[in-house]
Amino acid sequence: MAAPGAAGGGRSGASAAEWGGFEDNMQVGSGRGRRRAAGPGRVSADAVSAPAQGGGSAVIDMENMDDTSGSSFEDMGEMHQRMKEEEEEEADGEAGAGEEEDGEFLGMKGLRGQLGRQVADQMWQVGKRQASRAFSLYANIDILRPYFDVEPVQVRARLLESMIPVKMINFPQKIAGELYGPLMLVFTLVAILLHGMKTSDTIIREGTLMGTAIGTCFGYWLGVSSFMYFLAYLCNAQITMVQMLSLLGYGLFGHCITLFVTYNIHFHSLFYIFWLVVGGLSTLRMVAVLVSRTVGHTQRLILCGTLAALHMLFLLYLHFAYHKVVEGILDTLEGPNMPPFQRVARDIPVVSNAVLNTTAKAIALTL
Amino acid sequence: FPGLADVSIAQDIPVEGEITVPVGSQSPDEDYSTLDEPVKDTIMRDLKAVGKKFVHVMYPRKSSALLRDWDLWGPLVLCVSLALMLQGGSADSKDDGGPQFAEVFVIIWFGAVVITLNSKLLGGTISFFQSLCVLGYCVLPLTVAMLVCRLVLLAGAGTVSFIIRLIVVGAMFGWSTLASTAFLADSQPPNRKALVVYPIFLFYFVISWMILTFTPQ
Repeated sequence: MAAPGAAGGGRSGASAAEWGGFEDNMQVGSGRGRRRAAGPGRVSADAVSAPAQGGGSAVIDMENMDDTSGSSFEDMGEMHQRMKEEEEEEADGEAGAGEEEDGEFLGMKGLRGQLGRQVADQMWQVGKRQASRAFSLYANIDILRPYFDVEPVQVRARLLESMIPVKMINFPQKIAGELYGPLMLVFTLVAILLHGMKTSDTIIREGTLMGTAIGTCFGYWLGVSSFMYFLAYLCNAQITMVQMLSLLGYGLFGHCITLFVTYNIHFHSLFYIFWLVVGGLSTLRMVAVLVSRTVGHTQRLILCGTLAALHMLFLLYLHFAYHKVVEGILDTLEGPNMPPFQRVARDIPVVSNAVLNTTAKAIALTL
Repeated sequence: FPGLADVSIAQDIPVEGEITVPVGSQSPDEDYSTLDEPVKDTIMRDLKAVGKKFVHVMYPRKSSALLRDWDLWGPLVLCVSLALMLQGGSADSKDDGGPQFAEVFVIIWFGAVVITLNSKLLGGTISFFQSLCVLGYCVLPLTVAMLVCRLVLLAGAGTVSFIIRLIVVGAMFGWSTLASTAFLADSQPPNRKALVVYPIFLFYFVISWMILTFTPQ
């Protein structure tokens, strides 16, 4: 008696408390089982107040819990069918489980819309809660907050340190896992690149200058960091991803200085000197730090060779890919007549450019 | 105060009065009144708010009006007008006319978002949209500089015009940076102001550079 009662009660009473949890269902089912004689008009009250009664069957008959959740259309169809069944069974005059279900359904007829709405409401609440929890978990910028906890003096000290190679490589060197400095350096590099591209008359057909600059710089920083982290993982080096990002980011300081100078003073030899000296210093620093954290000659060689190659080649690439004016300007200075301004920097007037170049040339000659 | 020690009410005096609290019927009326008012009033009110903020930017004082009632109309208008004026300044104006507009738009909004995130991560107390609002409004001096540059370029594109443009753009760049710093740096812990000012400096520097290197074809 209890089991079919529980099943029958669970079937229709479940639609009110279905989302409330299985305990409610069990209690409603047990409540239903005891109140067989209740009339149709009191079904909803029972279904709502039943959870107060405890101790029903612990087994919930899942196959009888149909999922006519919020859809009044489905309820309508079922109700229609049940009404037919009820008419047939009424003729028998037998109060079976079906009649009770019909009674309940008929009793809920007036409230069907409200039930549907309630269930829809509950679904919405659950969905909203889950979405907001997921959002606050993943899109929380507070995850990044500890990496931005720096003072200006620290940033300045680290910028200067990035050009000074360490001597002690037998002891793992400390790397600050900070992201503010590297991020600002990447943006500065983007700005300098933009300046270089504009002055060298670079025409980008597919896309914008800004997109290319941002893509290049961020792609280098994130991509090479990830690749080096992967290599470090293979070579068993003691370095985390944030530290790698930070190390490479600060290494871009040398790039910024070099490009800032050589985008304005167009001289091949000057660029090569800067490339070797400034680029070399920052590469040596990064290499020394990595060596201090790796064990084994082969691993050290792999890691440091890759990093040095990528770092220096990136500087070379930045200079030559976005800076097509070098030959034009040198020709301009060599020849007595100024050729027409086809390949001259289109926006800095020739005067200031020529002044800068002449000065640099004069200094080089006197040295 | 001995006189106030005894403030009890005598038991035999009945206390009487009105319990009903007059319901403030003003708020629903206000809602209806802003719906029913003529469109001109709504637009004028918004325009006046935007205009007041422009004045705040041009004469930066430490007032919180810009921060309290933030709106993004002003930044949108400034951004669009700057992007429109910066069009057509490339070698092949047929190819680069489109991306120029998108470039300026993206630079301004993406840059403003990055600066806001940065200031929030550094421990700032200002909200996201307030910061966007301030940064957008402080583009006003640079828009004025762009207008002046275009007028100067109408006269000719020589050394003198370059020097004039350099001075004007430089001055406006400094004004923009100072104005936005006056609003934003207050919301930071005092020893980290430089960390917040640098990205703002870079942001306005890029915009100024785009304005200075603009030559119409």
